[in-house]
Amino acid sequence: MTTPAKGDGTETSAAGAATLTKDAAAGETLLKVTGLQKHFPIKKGLLQRQVGAVRAVDGIDFEVKAGETLGVVGESGCGKSTMGRLITRLLEPTAGKVEFEGKDITHLGVSGMRPLRRDVQMIFQDPYSSLNPRHTIGTIVGAPFRLQGVEPAGGIKKEVQRLLEVVGLNPEHYNRYPHEFSGGQRQRIGIARALALNPKLVVADEPVSALDVSIQAQVVNLLDDLQQELGLTYVIIAHDLSVVRHVSDRIAVMYLGKIVELADRESLYRAPMHPYTKALMSAVPIPDPRRKHAKSERILLKGDVPSPISPPSGCRFHTRCWKATEICRTTEPPLIELRPAQQVACHHPENFEDQAPQDTVLLTAAKEASAFVADEVLAASAQTSVAVAAEANGSTEVEADADADADADADGQESTDRQK
Amino acid sequence: MTAPLHEPTAEVAPSAAEEAAVAGTDAKAVQGRSLGRIAWERLKRDKLALTGGAVVLFLVVVALLAPVITSLYGQDPDAFHEELIDPLFGTPTGSLGGVSGDHWLGVEPVNGRDIFARILYGARISLLVGFLSALVAVVLGTILGVLAGFFGGWVDSVISRVMDGLLAFPQLLFIIALVSVMPNQMLGLTGSSVRVFVMILVIGFFGWPYIGRVVRGQTLSLREREYVEAARSLGAGRLYILFKELLPNLVAPIIVYTTMMIPTNILTEAALSFLGVGVKPPTSSWGQMLSSAIDYYDSDPMYMVVPGVAIFITVLAFNLFGDGVRDALDPKASR
Ligand SMILES: Nc1ncnc2c1ncn2[C@@H]1O[C@H](COP(=O)(O)OP(=O)(O)OP(=O)(O)O)[C@@H](O)[C@H]1O
Ligand code: SF4
Ligand SMILES: [Mg+2]
Repeated sequence: MTTPAKGDGTETSAAGAATLTKDAAAGETLLKVTGLQKHFPIKKGLLQRQVGAVRAVDGIDFEVKAGETLGVVGESGCGKSTMGRLITRLLEPTAGKVEFEGKDITHLGVSGMRPLRRDVQMIFQDPYSSLNPRHTIGTIVGAPFRLQGVEPAGGIKKEVQRLLEVVGLNPEHYNRYPHEFSGGQRQRIGIARALALNPKLVVADEPVSALDVSIQAQVVNLLDDLQQELGLTYVIIAHDLSVVRHVSDRIAVMYLGKIVELADRESLYRAPMHPYTKALMSAVPIPDPRRKHAKSERILLKGDVPSPISPPSGCRFHTRCWKATEICRTTEPPLIELRPAQQVACHHPENFEDQAPQDTVLLTAAKEASAFVADEVLAASAQTSVAVAAEANGSTEVEADADADADADADGQESTDRQK
Repeated sequence: MTAPLHEPTAEVAPSAAEEAAVAGTDAKAVQGRSLGRIAWERLKRDKLALTGGAVVLFLVVVALLAPVITSLYGQDPDAFHEELIDPLFGTPTGSLGGVSGDHWLGVEPVNGRDIFARILYGARISLLVGFLSALVAVVLGTILGVLAGFFGGWVDSVISRVMDGLLAFPQLLFIIALVSVMPNQMLGLTGSSVRVFVMILVIGFFGWPYIGRVVRGQTLSLREREYVEAARSLGAGRLYILFKELLPNLVAPIIVYTTMMIPTNILTEAALSFLGVGVKPPTSSWGQMLSSAIDYYDSDPMYMVVPGVAIFITVLAFNLFGDGVRDALDPKASR
């Protein structure tokens, strides 16, 4: 394998690009992040004195296993892109640790990262800004080979044309310029560039949010197919659940620089525990036959996301949460595994035992917030504390199966809807 | 999932223009049209700009060939023709400042030098100063603007403050002061050459902040583009990003500002020579000729009209061409 050679920075031969071999076997940890922070200093005045910091990412931990897809969702400004740029090391973390295949890459410089760049690639959000308007498609998709000094078998041009075909573009368009393509086609070009060096991990930052709804599904499906063909590992960032719900194995929900819930897709959909997750889910129309009251389960969040410059104390969601109590204001809830494969940071989780049952007096803000929450939701969540916990213990297996089936049906139905 | 895959035709181009661009080139599918070529094609359709460009080209050729043309024409710019001067008033004999078959635009008062020949030679000085000082400004402005925008931080602070300072500086007064204390010899140059050289440097030096500001702003916005991050995520270093990703996108604004700066600099040269701090006779420039002509504005108006018209046509041609170039390169910027 190529790891030792890459470790000390020497270039490996052409084989690197052409081979499909992966170092990490499926299921092994590919990427590990601990206590990751990124604070952007705010500077003022002539002397550029630091007067504060944007705490874009403020202490997050997670792992990505080889072959899986981790979805990351959260509202605009919660630090998703910053997180993506930290794990691809386009940004240097303020604190914490990023390990890729067991190697600490937290503070590697440009040249230290260069050999690793083949293994970690990024797909960008804006197809109009991610391709240099002055370069031809051939130059753009061929850049990875030139920058990494890799000479693919058969030459760069041939390999680029093969890649264009892989992502569903006409290889004849090699000499065209980005402005001659539509948004979806441009995004495919970006995907071809990201795949050129046959990476192990691909971080896609809102890969379809700039595209027409009719084209989104095609690009998502392309990503899905490529994952199966090439054994890729994905971190897919999105601002709502509609995109990641089909393709993710696990989903991390971010709020103001923190992960508030991290769970298997099934667990998350069956029984979201964090109130914020629940609010996010209620915003996505879910074609689930068993949820007849989808409309009445709507949760509207009060106000805007607070500023990451001075995030709220305790639980950062307490200013908008309809369940917030005094402890939420004073004590930050740790991200703990309440159920197998479901980590949550909340004192009063939904669908689970209350973690702070002694604290029952709602904050004033919470009372205001609950005005935006459908009565059914409130009623339901009132009884969950004990009841759901018992039920979950008893019938996890059966329900999970039933849910998976229902989900698959729903997927099928939605995909066909989108085709029309 | 049932969506069709690998089907390039399945997508709908979002705008009609894009569709046209894609469909229109289907026959010669392989070769794309670069933004530069599109701009050129746009410029070719702009009659006014083309006329301006043709005039500019003509002027440049005439200036370059001034010695050839004057020798064919049979007049030396420095030869005196006192026989054509009215000894009483010092003005040329004959009508319209002495216009004749030998002297197409007449002769100067007092010593009778041929005006057509002097206008041709004057064009050399005017255009030389206009182009070279713009070149100085572009080189300085591009380098410093890119440095400021690309590196940011204190580099940017320092360069930006210097630009602000220079833009606020009473530059004309400074140039007048500087050029008037010029020695007659410098770096192996003598007389008017020293003055031309100093004018080029000084006009260029005060011009660079205009280009520097634009380049800095463009660089600041370009370096945030995702294609720069894409290059970094492939392991590109700073130089690669600067030369391969940023500079190709800076060429268009630099061209636009250069074409707008040349006529301004031609006018500055004319102003300096007019004020007597630029080139001095016997060397001619259009500003210097205007300056000499001012004493005879009522007795020999033709002497003043000729260099005035030359300056007017030149500046107008440059501006028409410059506007066309700007419209062609950046159709969204105007109107
Ligand atoms: N380079 C930077 N300098 C200063 N602040 C920054 C920088 N990049 C991001 N931020 C701030 O960090 C916070 C998180 O930004 P980020 O782009 O990561 O959010 P996001 O979740 O990706 O949002 P979106 O959905 O809008 O893309 C925002 O408040 C943003 O203003
Ligand atoms: S209940 Fe408390 S801890 Fe849980 S999300 Fe709401 S505010 Fe945060
Ligand atoms: Mg983002």
